[in-house]
Amino acid sequence: MDSITITLPHTVQRPTEMPSHGPTTRISQPMVTGTSVVAFKYKDGIMMAADCLASYGSMARFRDENRLMPVGNSTLLGMTGDTGDFQHMKHTLEDLLTREYDMDDGQNLGTRSIYRCISNMMYGRRTKVDPLWNSYVVGGIDNGEKVLGFVDYYGTTYQAATIATGFGGHLAQPILRKYVEGREDEITEEEAIKILDDCMRVLYYRDARSFNKLRRAKVTAAGVEISEPYALETNWDFAEFIVGYGS
Amino acid sequence: MTSIGTGYDLSVSTYSPDGRVFQVEYAEKAVDNSGTAIGLRVKGGVVLAVEKIKHSRLLVPHSNRRIMTAGRHIGVASAGWMSDTRHLVKRTRDEASHYHGTYKANIPAKIIAERMGMYIQAYTLYSSVRPFGVSTILATVDVDGPQLYMIEPSGQYMGYRGCAAGKGKQAAKTEIEKLDLDNLSVRDALKEAARIIYAVHDETKDKLFELELSWVCAESNGLHTHVPQDVFDEAVEYAEKANDDDDDDEEMEDDDL
Repeated sequence: MDSITITLPHTVQRPTEMPSHGPTTRISQPMVTGTSVVAFKYKDGIMMAADCLASYGSMARFRDENRLMPVGNSTLLGMTGDTGDFQHMKHTLEDLLTREYDMDDGQNLGTRSIYRCISNMMYGRRTKVDPLWNSYVVGGIDNGEKVLGFVDYYGTTYQAATIATGFGGHLAQPILRKYVEGREDEITEEEAIKILDDCMRVLYYRDARSFNKLRRAKVTAAGVEISEPYALETNWDFAEFIVGYGS
Repeated sequence: MTSIGTGYDLSVSTYSPDGRVFQVEYAEKAVDNSGTAIGLRVKGGVVLAVEKIKHSRLLVPHSNRRIMTAGRHIGVASAGWMSDTRHLVKRTRDEASHYHGTYKANIPAKIIAERMGMYIQAYTLYSSVRPFGVSTILATVDVDGPQLYMIEPSGQYMGYRGCAAGKGKQAAKTEIEKLDLDNLSVRDALKEAARIIYAVHDETKDKLFELELSWVCAESNGLHTHVPQDVFDEAVEYAEKANDDDDDDEEMEDDDL
């Protein structure tokens, strides 16, 4: 006997619980996103900065987000990309740290271990073709050595003395290379803050998804310290000389 | 053999005619063979102390811990079978983690106590399983302040200001009752806990033992952790001195006779 098929009107959306008979689809666009993270090595350890904005598309939707997170006592994590995926990463890491704490074996997870763990998670997710839509910067002090690494949603990793994600990769990285490379053990905290602020200022001027409220963080032998939000001094006098762009 | 239990003790799913479940009582006997574990809830926190009996000098110090941590803020001290204990601690950790995953908050004491109580009770219902030979003491500080719970092999769980399980529980309880728990500081509670463990330790039966001391309080940042070495040494010094003084008193009494 022929089966009866009822064709739904084209205006009726297929409920998600019905089998689709089509290819598996996944969310392929980030929703709420954070922009650049800037980080580099200096004399006492690692400096990192990120602004407090989480954008919804081009809208400055959430203006009090923290995109820097301490992981254990001597590691810092900075995030670019989807904030929801970042929250997932945060919870996973908190769970991992709790399990480590419960072991009570006098061992601490070092920066390298945490970096490897995050890298593996990112690569694992891209291999499932369901990546976490983030770039991460992992920095810290491991066995007295400064460690600074990068991971993106492909699971690509590299370690360097200076790292900048997102737009920062284009705008901040050249500045960092000029001032930091080869001088990682010389730069004082004062100079490091100046370099960081200069990078963040350039990013605020030129990156339309950035925000003039940011946090700075450092990892030193004393541990991880994340600052309260602060603003940079900017000068927009040049704006009136700009011609074009609809003005 | 025939006199005890008289056939009603073969399964946890059988009551005796006078309403007892012998298998559960046997599990409690297993607890009573273990080294003493105590918990004290005081003004600013909770302390746990355990008399870990060592059967060999070859054991590495601090190995085979009997006070463990679940989910950072919960201390678990136990008396009874260590293999059962480890299983229950794993369960406690899983429950704490699951709760945190759902609510993004630390599991409150009465909820973890209830969940563990229910879990342990389920092992008193079926002939295919054996009850846990463990009394579990849970110590934590939650939104309502310091909390101390003890769960018996029957699954019965209650909140306490001070509790004890294992070999020396009677003597320990008598000592705990003498303390002014509501007005004791955490550091003093540690000293008293150490003193009680040293006092109830029976050197004629078990020669070697190791004291374990842990706390959850403001000084430990709300986390459960074994106490730092200097605090530990201070407590042991106090315990040894207090027990020496007691021995002297007894000797003097002997002299009088």
